[in-house]
Amino acid sequence: MANHSIAHNVYVPFLEKKGFLSWILTTDHKRIGILYLVSISLFFLIAGVIALLMRFELLTPASDFVDPHTYNVLFTLHGSIMVFFFIVPGLAASFGNFLIPLMIGARDVAFPKLNIASYWIYLLGTAILLFALLKPADTGWTFYTPYSATTNTDVVLMTFGVFVLGFSSILTGLNFIVTTHKMRAPGMTWHRLPLFIWASYATAVLQLLATPVVGITLLLLITERTLGVGFFDPAKGGDPILFQNFFWFYSHPAVYIMIIPAMGVISEIIPVFSRKPIFGYKAIAYSSLGIAFISFLVWAHHMFTSGISETAAMIFSFLTFLVAIPTAIKVFNWTATLYKGSIQLHSAMLYALGFIFLFTIGGLTGVFLGALAADIHLHDTYFVVAHMHYVMIGGTVMGFFGALHFWYPKWFGRMFNETVAKIAWFFIFVGFNVTFFPQFFLGIQGMPRRYASYPAEFESLMALSTYGSWILGFGILIMAINLISGLINGEKAPENPYNSLSLEWQTPSPPPHENFEEIPQVTDWTYGYGKKKELEV
Amino acid sequence: MTWIPEVASNLASKVDGVLFVITVLSLIFFLLITAILIIFAVKYRRKRDNEETPYITGSEPLEIIWTVIPSILLIALFVYGFVVYKEMRTPPADAMDITVTGKQWLWTFDYYNGKKTLNELYVEQNIPVRMVMMSDDVLHSFFIPGFRVKQDVLPGRYVQLWFTPTKIGTFDIFCAEYCGTGHSVMLGKVNVLSPEAYDIWEHGVPGQQGQAVASLPPAELGEKIYKEKGCNACHSIDGSTLVGPSFKGIFGHNVELSDGSSVDADENYIRESILEPQAKIVKGFQPVMPSFKGILSDEEVTAVIAYIKTLK
Repeated sequence: MANHSIAHNVYVPFLEKKGFLSWILTTDHKRIGILYLVSISLFFLIAGVIALLMRFELLTPASDFVDPHTYNVLFTLHGSIMVFFFIVPGLAASFGNFLIPLMIGARDVAFPKLNIASYWIYLLGTAILLFALLKPADTGWTFYTPYSATTNTDVVLMTFGVFVLGFSSILTGLNFIVTTHKMRAPGMTWHRLPLFIWASYATAVLQLLATPVVGITLLLLITERTLGVGFFDPAKGGDPILFQNFFWFYSHPAVYIMIIPAMGVISEIIPVFSRKPIFGYKAIAYSSLGIAFISFLVWAHHMFTSGISETAAMIFSFLTFLVAIPTAIKVFNWTATLYKGSIQLHSAMLYALGFIFLFTIGGLTGVFLGALAADIHLHDTYFVVAHMHYVMIGGTVMGFFGALHFWYPKWFGRMFNETVAKIAWFFIFVGFNVTFFPQFFLGIQGMPRRYASYPAEFESLMALSTYGSWILGFGILIMAINLISGLINGEKAPENPYNSLSLEWQTPSPPPHENFEEIPQVTDWTYGYGKKKELEV
Repeated sequence: MTWIPEVASNLASKVDGVLFVITVLSLIFFLLITAILIIFAVKYRRKRDNEETPYITGSEPLEIIWTVIPSILLIALFVYGFVVYKEMRTPPADAMDITVTGKQWLWTFDYYNGKKTLNELYVEQNIPVRMVMMSDDVLHSFFIPGFRVKQDVLPGRYVQLWFTPTKIGTFDIFCAEYCGTGHSVMLGKVNVLSPEAYDIWEHGVPGQQGQAVASLPPAELGEKIYKEKGCNACHSIDGSTLVGPSFKGIFGHNVELSDGSSVDADENYIRESILEPQAKIVKGFQPVMPSFKGILSDEEVTAVIAYIKTLK
C-alpha cells in the first residue's frame, strides 16, 4: 500500500477532481464515504417525509387523509427505508469509510476496489427498491409470515432489494476488519486506537456474521412466495415463528450495527470538547465487543408474546438484562469524562450530550420491555415505537448529526454557521421529545402500533405527537440548509479547529488523496488531554 | 384520561406492580444521570481558552461500583418480571375455556354452552377464563389492555392465555399484531357481567324462555343478527357513514363501485358482499370487511337480507 512517491507532492485536496466518473469509479475511501453520506441522507429525508405523512394521518382518529392500505404501505416504506437504506449502512459506511483509514494512519482501506464495489451493490439494492415501489409491500419492515407470504403486494422485489443490500454490508464489514488489523500506522497499538475504531470494529464483526442470516431468511421467504415451498406456512408444514426467529437473529444484532458506531462518535466528541482524556477507555472499548457478543443471544425478546415456550422466554429475558450492563457502563464513563473538564458547548457537543440524555431514556425503557410481565402488556404498542425511536433517533441519529457537525470541517474543508447549528439542535431536541415522549404513555394505555385509525380516547396524545413531528421536521430542515449553505459559502476550515489529538486532524482539511504526506509515527494514545502528573501510563 | 388503563383483572395489578418498580428505578437512574450531566456542563463550562484540565483516565473502584450495582438491580428486576409472567402463563385448573378464532378482521368466541359471539366477548366477574386461541389466516394478537394480557394468535396451532375479570364493565379488545388492510378495525369488546347478568345472558330472561330464534320472522332475526354479529359497528341504519356504507335505503338501488362500474343492490349482491366482501367494493370505502363465510348460515344471510329490505 505505501506509496512514497506522494511524499513530496504539492497538496491537492481529495475533493479537487470533478466529474461523474471521478466519483462513481473512485477507490478513495473519503470519496466513497461521501457517496454513502449523500445516498443515506437522501433516504433519511425521503423516509422522514413519509413519517410526517403518517403522523399527519394520525392527527385525527379516523382514517381520513390516506386510506388504510396506503397507511400500511407508508409505514412499511418508512421502516424499510430507514432501517435498510439509511441506518444500517449509516454511520458505518459513511463516517466509517471516511474516518477509519485517517484515524489509524493509513492511506486507504485494505481493499479499495472491494470498497467501491460494495457501494455499487448498495446502488443496485436501491434500484431494486425503486422498482418495488410500483406495487409497494404492505407487510411492515419485519415482513412477518404468513401475511408476507400471502399479500398481493410486491414483497418479493422488496425483500430481494434488501437481500442485495446485505452483500454491501457484509463486504464493508470484511473490509473494515482487515483494515483495522493490517493497516494501522507504526505505533498505533490496539490500546491506542480511537474508540470510534473499536466501535467500528465491533460493528464490522456483526455485519459479517449476522447479515448472511437475514439474507437466507429473505431468500426462504422469496422461495415460499414464488415456488410455494412451505418453510413458514403451517398449511404446508411450515412454522411462522421460525421466520421470526430467523429474522430477529439478524435484526437484533442489526440494532447494534446501528447504534455502536454512534457510541463511537460520542466517545470521540466528548473528550475533545471537555479537554479531558476519555474516562475508562478499556471499559468503553471492551463493552462494545461485549454488546456485540451478547446481541447475538437476545433475539427472542422480540417474541415474548409470539407463542415461544415459557423456558425460552425466561432465558431470553435474562440475557436481555445482561446487555443493559455494558450499555450502562458506557453512559457512566461518558458522563464521568465531563468531570473537571473545560467544556465547550459546540453544536457537535450538544448532539453528544443530547445523545446521552435521549439514549438513557431509550435504554431504560428497554428494561421495561426486557421484563417479561411488563413486556406482555407493552409489546406491539406505541411504547415499543417510542423506545425504538429513542434508541434509533435519540441514539443513532443524534450520533450521526453530531458526527456531521464534528467532522464537517475536516471532510469538506469549510465551516458551517455555528449559531444556526445550535438553533437547529434546539428544535430537533425539543421536537423529538414532543413527538415521541407521549408515545410511551399511549403504549402504556394500550394503543397498538401500526393502526391506520384509532379509538378516540387516544386522540389528544396522538395529536401532540403529530405537532412534535412538525417541530422535529423544521429543526432538521434548518440543519440541512445550514450544512448545505456552509459547503457553498462557508469559511475555509483550518487543519485542526478543535485542537484534537486524533490523527485525522493532523493532516490538511480536506485531506489530500492519500491522507498523509508521510505515514505518522504514533507514540501516545488519542486521548492525552489535560495536564499529566508524573508517573502516568 | 389516566396514565394506565383501569385495573380490570386479577393479573393487572401484578403487572402494574412490575411496571411501577421499573419506573421508580428508571427515574432514579435517569434523574441522576441528567442531574450530573447538567451540573458538569454548567460547572465546568469553558470560561477561557487554554484552561488547565486534570489528566484523569479512569477509576477502577468506580467501574466496579457502576457495573455491580446495576447488575444486581437488573437481575432482581428479571426475577420479579419472570415470577409474575409465570403466574400469567399458568391458568388455574378450574378455568372456564372459551375458544377464540381470529381471522381477517374479526374475532369469534365459542363458549362451552354452545353460544357463539362475534367481536363481543362475555365473561362473568371473578370467574377465571382460559382463552384457547387459533387463527384462520395470518398472525393476530389478542390484547386486552384493561386485563394486561396479550398473546399472538397463530394459524395451525392453539395458544392460550387466562385471566380472572374483576371489574364489571366493557373493555377494549385490540388486535396487536399487524394483519393487513383492516388491522386497525379488528376491534372487539369484552363485557364483564355480574353473576346475575351473566345468567340472563346465558339462559335468557326468565319468562321469555322458549322463544326459539328459529321462530322469529326473518326480518326480526336479521335485526338480531345485525346487532349481535357486529354489523352495526360499521354499517348504520340511519344513513350516516361509518367504516362501511349505511344499510338505509340500499336495497334495490344502484351502487357505484370503486372500479368505476355499478351494480344493482339485489339479494345476490348483498349475499356476495357478506360472504366475499372484497369482490365488489363500494366507491369511497376500503376493502376491510371480513368475510362472514362459515360464521353466518344461509338462513341467517337470508334473514339479514330481509332486514335490510325493511330499511327504506
